[in-house]
Amino acid sequence: MTNSIRDIAEEARCIFIIGSNTTEQHPVIGAKIRRAKRHRGAKLIVADPRRIDIADYADLHLQHKPGTDIALLNGLMHVILREGWQDDEFIRERTEGFEELKPVVAKYTPEVVSEITGVPAEDIELAARMMAENRPGALLYAMGITQHTVGVPNVMSCANLQMLLGNMGVPGGGVNPLRGQNNVQGACDMGGLPNVYPGYQKVTDRAAREKFEQAWGVSLSDQVGLTVTEMLDAAERGDVRCLYIIGENPMTSDPDLNHVRYSLQNTEFIVLQELFFSETAQFADVIFPAASFAEKDGTVTNTERRIQRVRKAVDPPGEAMPDHWIIVQLAKRMLALGATTPDPDAPFADWEYQSWRDILEEINALTPIYAGVTAQRLDAGEALHWPVFGPDHPGAPILHVGKFTRGKGRFVASDHTSPAELPDEDYPLMLTTGRVLYHWHGGEMTHRAQGLEAMYPEALVEIHPKDARKAGVADGDLIKVASRRGEIVAKAQVTDRVEPGLIFGTFHFAESAANFLTNPALDPQAKIPEYKVCAVRVEKAGSSLDERAISE
Amino acid sequence: MINLTINGESITAPEGATILEVARMAGIEIPTLCHHPDLSNVGACRMCVVSVQGARALQTACTTPAADGMVVDTMSEDAVETRKFVLEMLLTDHPNECMTCEVNGDCELQDLVYDYGVKWPEHNGQRHQWEINPDPNPFIFIDRNKCILCSRCIRACNEIQNRDVWNFAYRGFQTKLVAGADQFMLDAGCESCGQCVAYCPVGALYDKMSIGLGRVNQITKVRTTCSYCGVGCNFDLNVRDGRIIRVTSAADAPVNGMALCVKGRYGYDYVHHPDRLTRPLVRAKWLGREAVEERIAAGEWAIFDEAKQRLTHRRPPNDAQTPIPNTQYPNTQYPNTQDLNTQLPPDTFIATDWDTALDVVANKFAETKKKFGGDAFALLASAKCTNEENFIFNKFTRQMLATHSIDHCARL
Ligand code: SF4
Ligand code: SF4
Ligand code: FES
Repeated sequence: MTNSIRDIAEEARCIFIIGSNTTEQHPVIGAKIRRAKRHRGAKLIVADPRRIDIADYADLHLQHKPGTDIALLNGLMHVILREGWQDDEFIRERTEGFEELKPVVAKYTPEVVSEITGVPAEDIELAARMMAENRPGALLYAMGITQHTVGVPNVMSCANLQMLLGNMGVPGGGVNPLRGQNNVQGACDMGGLPNVYPGYQKVTDRAAREKFEQAWGVSLSDQVGLTVTEMLDAAERGDVRCLYIIGENPMTSDPDLNHVRYSLQNTEFIVLQELFFSETAQFADVIFPAASFAEKDGTVTNTERRIQRVRKAVDPPGEAMPDHWIIVQLAKRMLALGATTPDPDAPFADWEYQSWRDILEEINALTPIYAGVTAQRLDAGEALHWPVFGPDHPGAPILHVGKFTRGKGRFVASDHTSPAELPDEDYPLMLTTGRVLYHWHGGEMTHRAQGLEAMYPEALVEIHPKDARKAGVADGDLIKVASRRGEIVAKAQVTDRVEPGLIFGTFHFAESAANFLTNPALDPQAKIPEYKVCAVRVEKAGSSLDERAISE
Repeated sequence: MINLTINGESITAPEGATILEVARMAGIEIPTLCHHPDLSNVGACRMCVVSVQGARALQTACTTPAADGMVVDTMSEDAVETRKFVLEMLLTDHPNECMTCEVNGDCELQDLVYDYGVKWPEHNGQRHQWEINPDPNPFIFIDRNKCILCSRCIRACNEIQNRDVWNFAYRGFQTKLVAGADQFMLDAGCESCGQCVAYCPVGALYDKMSIGLGRVNQITKVRTTCSYCGVGCNFDLNVRDGRIIRVTSAADAPVNGMALCVKGRYGYDYVHHPDRLTRPLVRAKWLGREAVEERIAAGEWAIFDEAKQRLTHRRPPNDAQTPIPNTQYPNTQYPNTQDLNTQLPPDTFIATDWDTALDVVANKFAETKKKFGGDAFALLASAKCTNEENFIFNKFTRQMLATHSIDHCARL
């Protein structure tokens, strides 16, 4: 996020949510937004293909078709420019590329956009006016924007809109992606990516490479590594022989699970660190029992780039150990075997960490944006949002104040492009995926939390009454949903939360995970699969009475 | 800025603050029950009454704005007598159950009754006999007999969570805290965040999963960050005898304050689930049949029953009415069901020891690296691990295995 949760909740005069089921996926932020709307009078606009919970609180719900975000955003910008509502001073002083944006946006009249998105033209006019009249405004988005083949242009279009309105670098403004997992932000910050070292220092950058070579005492490649989807392809070909996975479950969370299964089966040696015997565990060769968040010490980074402590409260069960202990043990053994021989004089060649604090010190030394994130400051209760460039640097709850990190903010205009796979004669419905309030991702944790499981014990597929009638399906019936890649059986929930032609499924339940159906087509830059749109067909698989027979 | 006198002390305060806020800023305590600093003030309980010079009656400090030149006495005889009366009235319709109450030692009413030396009134008049735990919500326990009608839960739901589930129904002695139109909570739009429990000053609302598991003087609280989504809520894990028995809000949590969602507040029991993996597992083929047979015979290793793990994964949903049973912790016994002499498929998982399992992996990695180089490795980091763990995993990838093929499921 460019801004903090607090300034958005307390100072935004308009909140625009696009592609985020905020009250179910980031419930505490969702509650704060509901509060801003109801008790402070902030305007709330929600753009989502489904009538999600937060849409019921909105001043305006733009129910656009999945995969039409660019058209919608361009339409909003079209109206803003037509009416002269843009922030000319901000555009002149802080941005570049505005002239190139204009002709692209000019094509997207409300009528054209209405045709593409299904949103009434007058709602587009109204939304643009609301945004213009209520500044500063914050834009929030999540996977509904990124999980598309046009994920990157989607994000850039969000930034275009906010720059046009001058909503950047101010409290209550910003472009704010809500990160899913509790430490997704930290995993990226710490170099859990194939193209960058910790702190987004590029592996292709010579200075960065030399810095880490000197620190770790080895020579390092300047070639970008494989992304998760590329890894699975390489594993299938036999090029990748060893897969080492910590606490992830690609066998429920990746697209096109049948393909994932085939890749994992083809991998010679898989090492997994996990809390439970997950779906992925079935393919592992060695499984290390890991400690949960309540059983270890360290830090995590939230969606607003704030670093916070996790603290050990209980011992891990049996012989389970924290992940950091396991990695260190392996590294020491590898050193003993001579698998790598780092220069012993390099300052961080060795693996002699006594605790998480020693690791944090190495992070401070090698990661400029975390340079001042010290254990002492965290324990003293300081609020540290990276970048924190040194021990005296205060950090930055709001980014791009007065100046963009890269100098000038750049408008990059995009045109609407259809999703990779659209409904056709054989697969006439569109499937979009997501999560529900009571479950979490592959459900490894929440299926084992008894109250949560009691609240939402089985997979449901949302389908509009019209489509249900066509398929002869009643509420609670079992339906078979099939795509070109696979099929699942789940219980139908007949509801007008979805529009006719659209169905919605989750991947919380391994046996009916929507990811058997999803399309692995990737955004060419971000390499994020298109979870949010694929073509499917449905048929009745049995009435609710047969359910027992199937789930046995 | 204004100047006023409280208990003879002259105080400078910002305009617009209430007497209560000014007093607390100056370190002067005024007792309250219906007031909470996060919520709007309703002036319902009259616990906070104070004498103001020149005013005809006592004033409720939580709703009365401080004014320039005001002279306030927080401990006047009048005020103290009124508070005692308020407490006595509350006790005439309150069970005398502190001995067994979940919030004994953590109850605002109990503390005030103690401070003001009020006796529990013996009388044969009417006390309420509401049904205990009448609501099937799996997380929230209700005992209306303990409710003091302070409306904090109502305001928490309305102002913090914005669900408007709770309100008061009926009149006089019949006044009752109800969900929706006297419905079950879930039917009234509750999303089980438990904010109402967190703001209840007494034991009328409590966390169902924690009933009977420990009271405030029996637990230690450990402040930590939630393991679910990226909001980064902080809360206190309540630990007793090595088990997490409850999650409680931490008023000073920087991101979320008292607010939590259903997963953060009630989704912690997976930590102690019997399915947790407790020993390193290695497929028999990487150990050699002889070693496996020998060490199993010696009782050091065991066969891991994979099929059983998969079956226990999904359980039938609990009957929401019955309290959720404690799961036994931890299950370190691995069944040794298969007859070794008849078969030991090479894919059988063997529960081994750390040294063996780590050696298997280190040897395999070292050998693969030697033969095929860094390109033969791919690593998936975790969005559920700490920064420190992700950092050394990244170091392991690049320094030890000489590849940059590390990614995680952030894109997913
Ligand atoms: S749990 Fe949350 S939503 Fe439910 S009644 Fe309490 S405050 Fe309201
Ligand atoms: S349940 Fe608790 S918070 Fe709600 S009115 Fe009764 S005493 Fe107050
Ligand atoms: S605390 Fe002031 S009236 Fe209740």
